[in-house]
Amino acid sequence: MVFSQTELLICTIAELLQGCRYVAVGESSPIPGAGAFLASRLSGSRLRVCALGSKTHNFFVNGSVELFDLAAQGRIDAFFLGGGEIDGQGNINLVGTGTYPRTNVRWPGSFGSSYLYFLIPRVILFREEHSRRVMVPKVDFISAPGVSATNIHRPGGPYALLTELALFMFDKTRRRFRLESVHPGHTLDEVRDRTGFEFDVAESLHITPAPNEEWIDLIRGPVKKEIAEIYPLFALGLDTTSQGVR
Amino acid sequence: MTLTSLEALCGQIPNGAVLAIPKTSAGVAMSATRELIRRGLHGLHLIGVPTSGLQADVLIGAGCVDIIQTSAVTLGEFGTGPRFAAAVKEGSVKLLDATCPAIYAGLQAGLKGIPFMPLRGLIGSDVLQHRSDWKVIDNPFANDDPIVLLPSIRPDFALFQARKADRAGNVYIGRERELMIMAQAARQTLVTVEEVVEHDLMADEATASGTIAAIYITAIAVASPGAWPLGLLDRYGADTSVLSDYAKRARTTDGFKGFLDDWLSGKLVTTAKESPAGVAA
Repeated sequence: MVFSQTELLICTIAELLQGCRYVAVGESSPIPGAGAFLASRLSGSRLRVCALGSKTHNFFVNGSVELFDLAAQGRIDAFFLGGGEIDGQGNINLVGTGTYPRTNVRWPGSFGSSYLYFLIPRVILFREEHSRRVMVPKVDFISAPGVSATNIHRPGGPYALLTELALFMFDKTRRRFRLESVHPGHTLDEVRDRTGFEFDVAESLHITPAPNEEWIDLIRGPVKKEIAEIYPLFALGLDTTSQGVR
Repeated sequence: MTLTSLEALCGQIPNGAVLAIPKTSAGVAMSATRELIRRGLHGLHLIGVPTSGLQADVLIGAGCVDIIQTSAVTLGEFGTGPRFAAAVKEGSVKLLDATCPAIYAGLQAGLKGIPFMPLRGLIGSDVLQHRSDWKVIDNPFANDDPIVLLPSIRPDFALFQARKADRAGNVYIGRERELMIMAQAARQTLVTVEEVVEHDLMADEATASGTIAAIYITAIAVASPGAWPLGLLDRYGADTSVLSDYAKRARTTDGFKGFLDDWLSGKLVTTAKESPAGVAA
């Protein structure tokens, strides 16, 4: 079956969300949003999605205030964060490169990351671009740290890192990422070449499984309709499978 | 009666004021922003609740801002606010980088009239590292449990765009209830609205719970479409052609000046129209 990279990422996210009850999706997150909607379908709607920017799938009535309160109470199981820079200890930088405050390159800002990263158990770092400028040895600015001292209240943190090349899981004990799978058409050497930090490699390292037909049908059917409410252009693109991986 | 003209409403904000403004999707008073720039306002201390976008970017570009406290300045799909990024690089604006819940928590302390609010997270981040006004204490109710304290935020003014107000000065915000927090924490709240309705918004259960009572509102002026070129909730979508034009031109000082001249002189053409919820900016 022909599938696109986007569909592979959506399916991988849905897999990572298995067992969750409430999943929140932030702004500007079409692929995580689609992955969450797919996971919800697969769970028979046991998994509920709350997507900022949606009217149908959003139960907040005070902007994002409630998201932060729910997270602090442990009511949100999974969330997605990105980063202009991500390092091997799971630190993320959403602020900029260079010396703060007069950064050479300035990104929008930390948003809710400096808080949500501490409180939501399964934070999935999602960044499509996998390059040495993103996956760095040490971030220039820590919007939110990957790990904390033992006396810091921290039920949450990094769970996985998903990119255009590969899937890593975060090992809290070893305080570093472990390469779990490499996407079809890519290699371990390529991942090493394009990653600026050291990481472990799982003994069970494998090729990221291709999406099955049932999941692809769900993506091109109901998931596409749900995500179109928030990201109409992205949803249109879900039909473009001509540049498929296989 | 609190109804006034846009000019008179904007005239209440003095140079150097602490001004709270909402995130792009909650209702941004862009017509009022244009009036503030026309008046040559300067020395503003902006607070993005909890983020800002085009509004903060044009105010910074026009030289109105000395300090900005925010969790982000974003033009959505068009990226970081270009004038914000340029001012950061030049060091011409003092930055108070925050995180969204910290802004809300500060405002919540402000509206309760208490001096500070504790908040989880933050410890070990460079956001906290660079905020000398934020403190870490040991939770007095537990052992060895460090927690951050944030000082209360009481803006001099809150300014936003809403869909409607009534003759008594009540303002309808619907589900965007973070605007309520903003208005309750601010010493004065200025609101521009699309329309003034004749019926009492507080008399109907369906609207009362989504309405800010007149006690919090200093002045209201009609501006329609007052959020343009941004969108306004279920009233109209963002004018993406203008936003994309801005994102391109504002990359340079001269390009921004050209955009600003066009905007101030009314040369930018609106394509915004009454429509169901459009694509969010």
